[in-house]
This record gives sequence, structure tokens and C-alpha cells, in this order.
Amino acid sequence: MKYWHLIWSDLRRKKTRTVLTLLSIVVAFVLFGFLSAIKQALTGGVSLEGANRLIVRHRVSIIQLLPQSYQQRMERIAGVATATHQTWFGGIYQDPKNFFMQNPVVPEGFMDMHPEFLLPADQRQAWLQMRTGAVVGRKTAERFHWKIGDKVPIKSTIWAQKSGSFLWTFDIVGIFDGRDKNTDTTPLFFRYDYFDEARRLGWGKGMVGWFTIRVKDPAKAAEVAKLVDAEFENSSAETKTEPEGAFVQAWANQIGDIALITASILGAVFFTILLVTGNTISQSVRERTGELGVLKAIGFSNVQVLGLVLAESCLLAVLGGIVGLAVAWLLTSRGDPTGGLLPLYFFPFHDVLIGVALSVALGVVTGFFPALQAMRLRVAEALRRI
Amino acid sequence: MAGPVNWISQIASVTKFGLLSMPQRRGSVLAAAFGIAGVVAVLVGVLSIAAGFQRAMTASASPDAALVLRSGADSEMVSGLGRPSTRIIADAPGVARTAAGPLASAELFVIINLPKISTGSDVNVPLRGVERAALLVRDKMRIVEGRMFDWGKDEVIVGIGAAREFSGLRVGDQIKVGRYNWPVVGIFTSGGGAAESEIWSDAAVLQAAYNRGDSFQSVYVRLKSPEAFNEFKDALTTDPRLNAQVMRQTDYFADQSTAVTKLITTLGFLIAFLMAIGAVFGALNTMYSSVSARTREIATLRALGFGSGAVVVSVMLESIVLALLGGAIGAGLSYVAFNGFHTATMNWQSFSQITFALAVTPQLLVQGVVWATLIGAIGGLFPAIRAARQPIAAALREL
Repeated sequence: MKYWHLIWSDLRRKKTRTVLTLLSIVVAFVLFGFLSAIKQALTGGVSLEGANRLIVRHRVSIIQLLPQSYQQRMERIAGVATATHQTWFGGIYQDPKNFFMQNPVVPEGFMDMHPEFLLPADQRQAWLQMRTGAVVGRKTAERFHWKIGDKVPIKSTIWAQKSGSFLWTFDIVGIFDGRDKNTDTTPLFFRYDYFDEARRLGWGKGMVGWFTIRVKDPAKAAEVAKLVDAEFENSSAETKTEPEGAFVQAWANQIGDIALITASILGAVFFTILLVTGNTISQSVRERTGELGVLKAIGFSNVQVLGLVLAESCLLAVLGGIVGLAVAWLLTSRGDPTGGLLPLYFFPFHDVLIGVALSVALGVVTGFFPALQAMRLRVAEALRRI
Repeated sequence: MAGPVNWISQIASVTKFGLLSMPQRRGSVLAAAFGIAGVVAVLVGVLSIAAGFQRAMTASASPDAALVLRSGADSEMVSGLGRPSTRIIADAPGVARTAAGPLASAELFVIINLPKISTGSDVNVPLRGVERAALLVRDKMRIVEGRMFDWGKDEVIVGIGAAREFSGLRVGDQIKVGRYNWPVVGIFTSGGGAAESEIWSDAAVLQAAYNRGDSFQSVYVRLKSPEAFNEFKDALTTDPRLNAQVMRQTDYFADQSTAVTKLITTLGFLIAFLMAIGAVFGALNTMYSSVSARTREIATLRALGFGSGAVVVSVMLESIVLALLGGAIGAGLSYVAFNGFHTATMNWQSFSQITFALAVTPQLLVQGVVWATLIGAIGGLFPAIRAARQPIAAALREL
């Protein structure tokens, strides 16, 4: 700490240069935060609860339906605690751009299966009593200014009612919140009994999209998945069962290798910043050759000089890093920039910690060669420059 | 100031100074140039994803081709049309005909899960059932390996993009559809269009395998001429027996690609904008040190009667030259690295994969160079003003 003053006055020597370098580091870390949030939005929809849940879908593809009667058969399989089902409704509210998910579910089983959705007890009761009732997540409710008691018309792209109309009307009876930060509160859930009775006869009656299973023991999830698929083997609708996390991950992978894309962009960004910052620091070390010579002449050891230069670059990088991460935190907390396509857009805390570590690394790497240069300085040669 | 010619020669000589001294400051010049190269490479790279995706979606659609879906369906995936409807559509006025009948193909569109080669995880690959007219409705369709499937048989042909991106789709492989194994007998191209991401089979065979009875999801139609579209559309939308919507294929595919294209471009611009801010700071740093290294020279020139305007312009020119250097490196890098790179992503409208090649178009390269110039101009402006404002006497005293 006694060298604090020395380091600080070195940084203040050329204020413009220090400030500009600092700002480019800040920008790099804002970008880091921004990309972390995008990555989180595309891949992070795995809740802690997911560890004991399995998703069962049609073996050939998710668009093919499974008989609702599979639920009883699943619940008889050893290791299965409960099973529920959902079906893709594919509805449009006013404009196709207003995308959010709406699925018919059986309220009681569904809410028990998904404790990450927090619904007040009275609203849950109201949902059980109203056939046309629906509950909607906080984000979507706020987006369209829906209140409890509103009637919401949604046009399905898939399902027609018996009248032939694709327009369905739901009564909003509850608004749920997310228990965790990565709980998606954009979907709307309505009652399966209403849906199944009202939908047009023929293809799809008594059929559902996919099942969610809660296993008794998460450690045995893989075995249970095998048992479920074996149960329906050689039937007209074979199944594929996988952990919820793997299911979500596979869904994200459909978009592309997101981790690779963000890593390459961040690589380009940090390489650039490394050049800019490294160059500035070595420039400033070169300008101070004489002074560093004086320090050595009055008894500073090589290691101390090395430490001084490294401390300077680390201070700059960490300062820039922290400011950048803070700005990124503020920017991303304002929400999804695409207007609905990325419901889970936020800057996860563990990535903030990675960012801090990265800023220290940046400081060490950029300062390393200039510091080495300063350490190897010969006193006599350096003093000659004064 | 003695006329514009003199002024220009002043700018030229000051600029020359700056440019010739660049090699001496190569560390800082290269750092700034590579900073700008990075911005341009990322901008062009990300936008080339969007451009390639859009090109793949719209490449094969021609203006005299139309598509009919159930009204209210926003993609083929969720549409449904029975056999009576598809007959009425095929016989509608405006549809081109040959001796074999109308050029209309009623089709099924489903997805099957296959592992993507690059990630190894399952993705939704589109599987399309077509009728005989499909080959005439899409005029760019060619078999490039193996043969066409036999009608009525459990065989498939595979688009060249799908064969490249997903495993198990080479000629001789078998795909599992429900409980059946269907052999792949051919590979086809379709002028770079969306069909190259798909697997094709006989619609009748697919109906049976998927228990679809005698229903379809869409009808692809070739019209007598692009102008015949309105006649065709009016005939179908006023027919009380039908519940259909009619689109030009060009409009349908353009519409299908907007969500993904918009997402990628929004994110791409945001990332590039942030990076550009960082690069501006890099350029500012370099130009400030360039100007301060030449304090005396600039002061001497001004004492000799060079105008401050000439100094400002020449410092900015220097900065822009540096930026263009960086921009050119970045644009070149991104062209080499990204153009023609094959990949696949999910089309959000139909939840199925589209294979495409990244496209670094001339417009994108121009856009990259424009960004580089802007970064250079901003990065040069403030140092230029500082250089021009320096009191001559004080600067000369440093001699």
C-alpha cells in the first residue's frame, strides 16, 4: 500500500491516455456482460427444479402428439412420482410479433410439478373453479397490461374449436411470478379440460404434446427414462425421454453452437483490447525509462519495479472491468432488447465473477511484457536518458 | 490563405509528414488499426449470418410461384388442407398446366429428429412429402447424386444442405420414420433455396407413415405468369368451400426469415456498436500520441504560415487512412473466414432447421468500410483540434 501514491501518480501522468484506455476496457466488459446475458437467454432456461424432472416426447419429433392416456401408464412405472402434460397451442395475441407460449395443462398437477411458478393460493383456487380460466406470467401480463378479470382473445395457429373458429377466449384468473431469476414468466397456461372438450373432433382429440415426469430419486433419473421408453416401445407412438436440462439444452443447440459464437466474438474483443491497452502501457513505460532508472538507483529491487508496473496495469484493468461490469448490469437489467424473443435475458451473477477474474487476467497479460522490460532495465543506461 | 490550391498542398504536406512517421510509431498504429479491423470483422461476420440465412430462404422462390395454406396458419407446420380442398386449388384459374395436369403439388411438412454433425445433438429436420408436380413447380430442382425416389415406395431423397449438416443422410443410409426404415436414394439441389435443408418423400407414403389420412398441409403452385396471381388468389379466397390463404412464395419465404434475420442484425449491430466505441478510444489514443510526438513540427509549419484548417484536415486524413487500413484488414479477414461457410440454424417460424452458407456480400463489405471511416474520423477529430489550437510560441519553445 505504501506504493499506492507512486502508482497513482504514474496513471495521472497522462490523464487523457489513461482515461481513454480505461474507457476501452470498460467497453470490453460491457460487451462481456451483454454477451453473457444473450447466452443466458438462449441456453439458461434450466431451473434447479429440473434435476428431478424428465421430459417425454414423441420419438420422431416434438410436433407429433402422444395419447393423454400415457399419463396413467407412466405413473405406474417404478421411480416415477407424478406425470403431467402440456400441448403447444401456438396462439397469436393481436399480432404475430407478440410471441409468447400458451399451453393447456391440468392445473393441480401442473402447479405441483412446477413449484418455480408462484401463484397466490386464492388465484389458484379461482383457476380450479373457472373452466375458461388462465394464469399468465408477470412479464407477459405487464407487457400487455392484463389484469385479473380480463378476457383475452387468442387466435391459435393450430387448434380450432368445434365451431371451426380458431379464436379462443380465456379469463385471466391469476398472475404468477418466478421463484428464481431464470424462471420464464412469459407463458400463459390454461385448462386442458376446457381445451380438450372445445377442440374440434378428429385429429388430436385426447392427444397431448409432451409429458413432464417427476422422479422419486434424481440419482435414478437415467434409469427411469429408460423404463419409460421401454414401456411404449413398439406402440403406435414411441417416446423419447430425457432430463429437462438436456431437453432445454438441445432446444438451444437447434439455434447453433451459441457458446462457440459468443466465445469467438469475446475472443476478438479481448484480443483487440489487449493490443490497445498493452500498447499504451508499454508506451508509458518507455517514456518513464529515466524515472525507473532513478528508482532502481535509489535502491528499488528488480522485483519491486516489476511489481509497480504490473500493479499499474492491473489497477487500470480491474477499475475498467468493474465499471464495465456495473454498466453491463444496469443495461441488461432493463430487459430484453429484441422485444419478447429472449425471455430469460439477464446477466447471471456467476458470469460477473468470471468477468472480475478476466479483468485481473487482462491486467497481468497487458502489463507482463512492459513490466519485464522495466525490470531488465540497466540503471546506467536508463539514467543516461535523463 | 492563398486560394484552394495552396490549401490543398498544405494539407498534402502535413499529411505526408504524418503518414511517413507511421512506421516509427508502428506499435501504436498497428494496435489502433487492428482494433478497427476487429470491429469490422465482427460486424461483417455477424451480419453475414443474417444475409446468408435470408438468401437461403428466398433464393429459390420465383415470382410466378404461389403457396396455399389454411387461413390463419403462419407456417406450413401448423397448416392443414384436406384432399377436396387441394383438388379445388389445383383446378383454380391461373394455375399453369401441362399435358399431365395442373402444376400444383399438395405437400406434407413434418419434422424428424436427427443429430446435427457439428454439435452431435438432435435437431428438427424438415421432412416433406410431395406430389409429382413438385419437380415442375420448383424449376431449379436437380438430382446431383443417386436417383429420384420411386413413387409409392418407402424411399427418400435429401437436400444437399441437409446431407452436409445432419448425420445419416448419405446415399445408402437409412432414416427411421416412425417404425419404418427408409433408404436415402438421392441427393438434390434447388438453387440454394430452403428445400436444400429438407428430406423429400412421396406424399402418399408419408401420409400413411404419419397416420394423416388423406390430408395435406400446403399446396405449391406454378402460375401461368406472375400477373395471374391476383386472379388465382381471388378465386380461392372467394370460394365458400375453402378456408385458405394464398401467398406468393417470395413473400412467404421473406416473411418466414424476418424473425431470425431481425434478431441477428439487432444483436450484430449492438455488439459492433459497442466494439466501435472501444476502437474509437484506441484510435484517439494513437492519434493523440501521433500529434504530441509532432508538436514541434506542426508548430514550425504553422509559424511558416500553414493554416490551422490544413492541420485539422490532415490529422483527420491520417486517422482515416489508418482506419481504412484496419477496415480493409477486417473486411478481408471476415471474407476469408466467413464467406461460404456452411451452417444451419432453427427457423423459429417452423421450428425446423434451415441450412445455409454465410454470405459476405459487397454491401456488407462497404458497410464495414463506412464504419471504419467513421471510427477513424471521430478518432482523429479531437486530436486534430488539439494540434491546431496549440499556441505556436509555447510549442516552439520546447525545441
